[in-house]
Amino acid sequence: MTTRSASILKPLVFCASLMPVVYLLWQVYLTVSGQTNVLGADPAKTVVQFNGEWALRFMLLTLAVTPLRLLLGWVELARVRRMLGLFAFGYALTHFGTYLALILEFEFSELGAEILKRPFILVGFAALCCLVPLALTSNHLMMRLMKRRWRLLHQLVYPIAMLQIIHLFWLTRSDYAEPIAYSVVFALLMAYRFIRWRQRQSGMAQA
Amino acid sequence: MLIKKPDGFKPSEITPEAVYLQRRAFIRGAGLGLGAMLLPGMGMAAIDANVPVRDITRYTGARQASTLVPDWLHKKVSQAQPSRHLAQEAVTPWDIVTTYNNYYEFGTDKGDPAENASDFRTDPWQVEIAGQAEITGSFNLEDILKPHDLEERIYRLRCVEAWSMVVPWIGFPLADLIKRFKPTSKAKYVRFETLFDPKQMPGQRSRFAALDYPYREGLRIDEAMNELAFVGVGLYGNAMPPQNGAPLRLVLPWKYGFKSIKSIVKIEFLERRPVSSWECSNPKEYGFYANVNPQVSHPRWSQASERRLPTSLFAPNRRPTLMFNGYGDEVAHLYAGMNLRNDY
Repeated sequence: MTTRSASILKPLVFCASLMPVVYLLWQVYLTVSGQTNVLGADPAKTVVQFNGEWALRFMLLTLAVTPLRLLLGWVELARVRRMLGLFAFGYALTHFGTYLALILEFEFSELGAEILKRPFILVGFAALCCLVPLALTSNHLMMRLMKRRWRLLHQLVYPIAMLQIIHLFWLTRSDYAEPIAYSVVFALLMAYRFIRWRQRQSGMAQA
Repeated sequence: MLIKKPDGFKPSEITPEAVYLQRRAFIRGAGLGLGAMLLPGMGMAAIDANVPVRDITRYTGARQASTLVPDWLHKKVSQAQPSRHLAQEAVTPWDIVTTYNNYYEFGTDKGDPAENASDFRTDPWQVEIAGQAEITGSFNLEDILKPHDLEERIYRLRCVEAWSMVVPWIGFPLADLIKRFKPTSKAKYVRFETLFDPKQMPGQRSRFAALDYPYREGLRIDEAMNELAFVGVGLYGNAMPPQNGAPLRLVLPWKYGFKSIKSIVKIEFLERRPVSSWECSNPKEYGFYANVNPQVSHPRWSQASERRLPTSLFAPNRRPTLMFNGYGDEVAHLYAGMNLRNDY
């Protein structure tokens, strides 16, 4: 039973993770073909925002895998962690790519100026850059080769999530309810890790 | 004082819609091999110059707005006359003007105000006149509007978020309103306030709002008396839709959109400069003057260019932003000798 549920889990999560991008492509198709769509008067901005939001959501989902696995005792969950992480990277890359293509229209000279002048873009860009080595070393081979250093490198994921949240806070103009909600989720996930770390410390001290 | 008067544009000089659409389609077709990328109902609108202001068919795509508007106001708006302030540009379609709004009292997404303000009650409505003026007190909207003949002005609207529109407003000069209350010599500034009604305005109930409600705005008295400063009571031949600031709002085309305060309930004449809401929430980002200025960049948005709505996915419709949003002839003298980098 366990192996079968595990074999279904991966493709299931894969398909579910593609849903946002499928929805977006559908809306883009509707826009381009002149039909009613949800992208609104400024579709480029909507598309960029949409990808950014999903990048953060997938980041938090990735960080939720380990706590959920331990709390629910659902061991197979660990098998989708890398996939969710790669989707987080994929949406972040699409977020940046659509910003570059649809907002800046590939004017790279402007990109440099924008990144330097606008701190929230700098923060988001830093988060994306830090995600690159994680994505590149996410395969089994790199895991084996890097051994302990792999763990160390992949702990970058925590500051990256923090940068993403700062990015969102910084660009929010009026109502902080949404970034606060994401922060609370992030804080809970981190608190769980902290508590477990404390427990292990005291466990080691006793032993 | 001699003020150079700009040449007014006749409505007949505005590009007819058919020509405009053809040109856009051609540009798109040539550039991308995609001819039909316009959003539904979002094609560039135009104004039929042969049809009077009161006739809704004058505007492509316009619809009758809220049914909550009292009859007297409908009638008054329908008597509006064209003015000489008619920007020679294709107007932004009704659908966009009425669904793409920054009105945080009704929600922070652009589409929220249209949804959440649909049954906003603007009748009865009172406006309080206070401060350094001979005539003060509370006035019914009808009495506020009664002596004024309404006119249509087509103005560019530039948002601080670097998008812009062209809107056919209906209203009357702010100067005419101010004169009636006889501000005294101590009246150096005018302060405006939006309705505070958390029951009707969900944004005012939010605990995490960056703005401290009620929304407040201010002008120097000479800015307020400038011929371009306009009190809007309608747009597109209609009474003002609630999401656009019904029943009366400011329209200050040479300043960023947030200066054009909506749903005004109080006008106060002051000796000292008031602090506006955005300035109060974030003084580094938002100044008191907030004149459109491509040279002074905002920390979040470069102000050098703007995206004229509607944009399409692959054509951001970007254009350079003009100093004072292109209204320098009328307003630049107000700021002579000032360093607009400091007084942003």
